[in-house]
Amino acid sequence: MKAVLIGTALAALVPTLLGSSFHINLATQVLIAAIFASSYNVLAGWGGLVSFGHAAFFGAAGYGAALLVLKAGFGHLAAAMLGLAFATVLACIIGALALRATGISFLMITLALGQILWGLSYRWVSLTGGDNGLTGLKRPALFGLSLDGAAAYYYFTLGIALVAFLSIRRFAGSSLGASLRGTRDQPRRMSALGFNVWLVRWVAFVYAGFWAGVAGLLFLYYHRFIGPHSLSIAESAEVLLMVILGGAGTLTGPIVGAAIIVLVRNLISAYVEHWPMLLGVLFLLVIMFVPEGIVPGIASRLRALRASGHKAPAEAPPHT
Amino acid sequence: MHAWAVQTFNSVAFAGLLFLLASGFTLIFGLMRIPNMAHGACFMLGAYVGYSVIKAGLPFFVAVAAAGIALALLGAIVERVVLRRMEANEFAQVLATMGLAFIIADASLWFWGGDALQIPEPDWLRGPVRMGDLVVPKYRIALIVCAAVAAVALWLLVDKTRLGAMIRAGVDNPAIARAMGIRVSKLSTFVFCLGSALVGMGGVLGAPIISIYPGLDFDMLPLAFIVVILGGIGSLAGAFVGSIVIGFIYTFGQAWVADLAYVILFLPMALVLIVRPQGLFGRPAA
Repeated sequence: MKAVLIGTALAALVPTLLGSSFHINLATQVLIAAIFASSYNVLAGWGGLVSFGHAAFFGAAGYGAALLVLKAGFGHLAAAMLGLAFATVLACIIGALALRATGISFLMITLALGQILWGLSYRWVSLTGGDNGLTGLKRPALFGLSLDGAAAYYYFTLGIALVAFLSIRRFAGSSLGASLRGTRDQPRRMSALGFNVWLVRWVAFVYAGFWAGVAGLLFLYYHRFIGPHSLSIAESAEVLLMVILGGAGTLTGPIVGAAIIVLVRNLISAYVEHWPMLLGVLFLLVIMFVPEGIVPGIASRLRALRASGHKAPAEAPPHT
Repeated sequence: MHAWAVQTFNSVAFAGLLFLLASGFTLIFGLMRIPNMAHGACFMLGAYVGYSVIKAGLPFFVAVAAAGIALALLGAIVERVVLRRMEANEFAQVLATMGLAFIIADASLWFWGGDALQIPEPDWLRGPVRMGDLVVPKYRIALIVCAAVAAVALWLLVDKTRLGAMIRAGVDNPAIARAMGIRVSKLSTFVFCLGSALVGMGGVLGAPIISIYPGLDFDMLPLAFIVVILGGIGSLAGAFVGSIVIGFIYTFGQAWVADLAYVILFLPMALVLIVRPQGLFGRPAA
């Protein structure tokens, strides 16, 4: 809890410390990516279910809300709620289909389904605007407070991010979270113990889809825009990279991974436009050299250091 | 009635293209248990290589061969240098091929630019041919023939030769196959090269029908997935039947509901997953 409080206090100080709206906006992007990555971590980290279609829910919530506001004239709150509901229902359906399989087949099915949604957003031009996406959205005012400023939107995002991180932490600590980790490590034993392995996984899939939808809504209102890229395979691959880079199955790993990826992308995009190339190279480097992720990597180094000081045998890193 | 016949013919031609795409994928998966995420990128790269060879003034079938050789070499390097380092960790292998897919896509964009490119069909295959009261392009017939030849050759290779028997042994039980003196790791390299070469040639053969553009890679990859999930992952017969089913659905879908053609592809896959998750010709998961 102490770490959470310190982290929150630091995060709350960010706009004052950074000052310029460019940097505050960057911090907002990190938070949105961190929520997205944390949602994916529920699935890939604790569930051991590596999906290549997680961007589907991120994009679906964004597209759903944007279409309702722009084409159907809904208010922001109603549109956001319905967009989130749309993403969640989609997660129920896609999860039910994809969880017919596990492992590699699960990965392939999620990729194929994700690409179909991308194809819909890209090719159904009369509805989605095709490659141009949907523009012309305004940020809503929250209880009369405008969210147009960089700092205002940052605090708004931070509030939602806190709720997201704490909810995901609560999930991971709950008995449902424990049984999810059980289905990752010992599915047959869990099944023999009377757990409904399929249902546990499906609930995790829907939960992850819900929070991805939340991140998608924040993204939509941050950019006042949504396009097919938000549903693309590159987006799904990026969130996967954030999680394995930071450390899958840890609470802070996805947040660290998200921060690194967002900062690197912004740093690099000023110089070269070949982000996909760098993304691919990062993928290879992480998998070949830090497969366990940065946070568990540092943690186990520290443990080893401490252990060598006490001349005690190093423990295996616990899975949380 | 006539429109139906034309669409049916086009469906078979597209199915041929899909088979060239999916058979290499399913071969690699069958032996090595990894879905090669760079398979779509290899298809696109093959097409680009073919384009450059033709632009250099060489004939079409040299371009096909060149793309096959180039992709086989690339496959050998990838298998030996990257995938071999993470043997027995299939997720690392999947993610590594994903990284490669991004690298190939971006390098192609760099090298060949962002505009759609066309490969013309060879002169002697240009123009239509009359079959009864049906007038169809010669090139599409040639494509169907190529796919049929590939299907028969692969079937003979896997089912009738000693090499094929060793591959099947490696698929069924790699540990016992190794104990019997079969070099499974050499076989893996060979199969990876073969699969890459097939898809590279498929890229050139398909290019006169579908143009080459950035993004072709991840347009084709889900098609390969849908075909093999439908047919059963790792099964050549499954890839054959899956290609035909998807070829028909895609072609007729585009004629009837152009906006949604890409989406209705997912229906047969969903149906198969509900009724028979291992695919039509797949074996149930152990």
